[in-house]
Amino acid sequence: MLDKIGIAKRIAKEIKDGYYVNLGIGIPTLVANYIPQGMNVVLQSENGLLGMGPFPFEGEEDADLINAGKQTITTVPGSVFFDSAMSFGMIRSRKVHLTILGAMEVSEKGDIANWKIPGKMVKGMGGAMDLVASAKNIIVAMQHVNKAGESKLLSKCDLPLTGVGCVKKIVTELAVIDITPDGFKLLERAPGVSIEEIKNATHGKLIIEGEIPEMVID
Amino acid sequence: MNKIVKNADEAIKDIGDNTTLMLGGFGLCGIPENCIAALVKKGVKGLTCISNNAGVDDFGIGLMLNTRQVKKMISSYVGENAEFERQLLSGELEVELIPQGTLATRCLAAGYGMPAIFTPAGVGTEVAIGKETRKFMVEGTEKEFLMEMAFDADFALVKAWKGDPFGNLIFRETARNFNPMMAMAGKITIAEVEELVPAGALDPDHIHTPGIFVHRIFQGIDYEKRIEQKTVRKK
Repeated sequence: MLDKIGIAKRIAKEIKDGYYVNLGIGIPTLVANYIPQGMNVVLQSENGLLGMGPFPFEGEEDADLINAGKQTITTVPGSVFFDSAMSFGMIRSRKVHLTILGAMEVSEKGDIANWKIPGKMVKGMGGAMDLVASAKNIIVAMQHVNKAGESKLLSKCDLPLTGVGCVKKIVTELAVIDITPDGFKLLERAPGVSIEEIKNATHGKLIIEGEIPEMVID
Repeated sequence: MNKIVKNADEAIKDIGDNTTLMLGGFGLCGIPENCIAALVKKGVKGLTCISNNAGVDDFGIGLMLNTRQVKKMISSYVGENAEFERQLLSGELEVELIPQGTLATRCLAAGYGMPAIFTPAGVGTEVAIGKETRKFMVEGTEKEFLMEMAFDADFALVKAWKGDPFGNLIFRETARNFNPMMAMAGKITIAEVEELVPAGALDPDHIHTPGIFVHRIFQGIDYEKRIEQKTVRKK
């Protein structure tokens, strides 16, 4: 079974040289730490920055320089600032190659719910609806089951949707799963996790074909 | 051409009750601190505020929530504010949540003189309820889009780094965010700047917002520029 860092490390292997990538809050933010050395990847922050760098050193933080999670950050050489309309222009016109975000539920059709729980204070969707509606490739980083032990990979989402038919891949503590026209397709098992455990934790249709390899995580 | 006013009080003097305002900023970054303070002092009520966020309990738009001056918020994300939550749950405050890109582009449409835009954000979700949709061909496949209307705001309150008497503005880093589109979108746009420079001191090639969109400009004072989430690494 993977921890959060394991999930981030596995997702980092999906990033290719030359990619522009948007990382959501939570586990997706950790992915930045595991992008292979020497690979040229530009991180987009939808509040208006391409070329996001690591957190600043203590005492060097700048109130004018934050990421979409409102955290203080730095820039890397070649970075550029722009306004929010242009930022979503590059998202909507599919210039951002990969979006990595968290989810509360994903359906076997690739629907995603990650912004609202009925009966709880709704904070808003932020940029998530824009990102999922336009991204070429969306990878979801999440736990396979919720705190109550219920599957978050469903035939149909119960929670209000963020986007429809948009998720391409899911990486959880148990497995790597692709969304195909026929349902969830199991690609890899986490170290030490059996196919049976993955089946039991998945409510939607799970396709298992041939030998399912164990993930390789450095 | 001289659009300089003395201070925030003078800049907002004709903002009355039940006005629709746009306020620039992302979180607490690039917010019009001086104008917000002046609005609190003036005590205008029944405001509709178009702003990506709603501040925190004791800063930003949160200050106007504490004094019950806001009737409605139109935002993409409104977490980190306990008083906001209380007013929302008690029904004192109305909130319309819209996708961030839709918010930005509805400002952009207003500033570019276009009545509406089509966006894929929110298709198939509750954001689409009651909205006109239209299908367009995108990269060889038919895709559905929502029609979203340009905003109609009486005033836009923006914060820039530098400005001149013509109202030309330059923003700094990610404090730019929604400010340029809102500056273009307001029927009356008020800009507060950290540094007001003489005419001709800004390089025309480096100006982000041409002064034609700005009606009043003033040198702001006592900027706190509060950091919402200080994150650092060890040396």
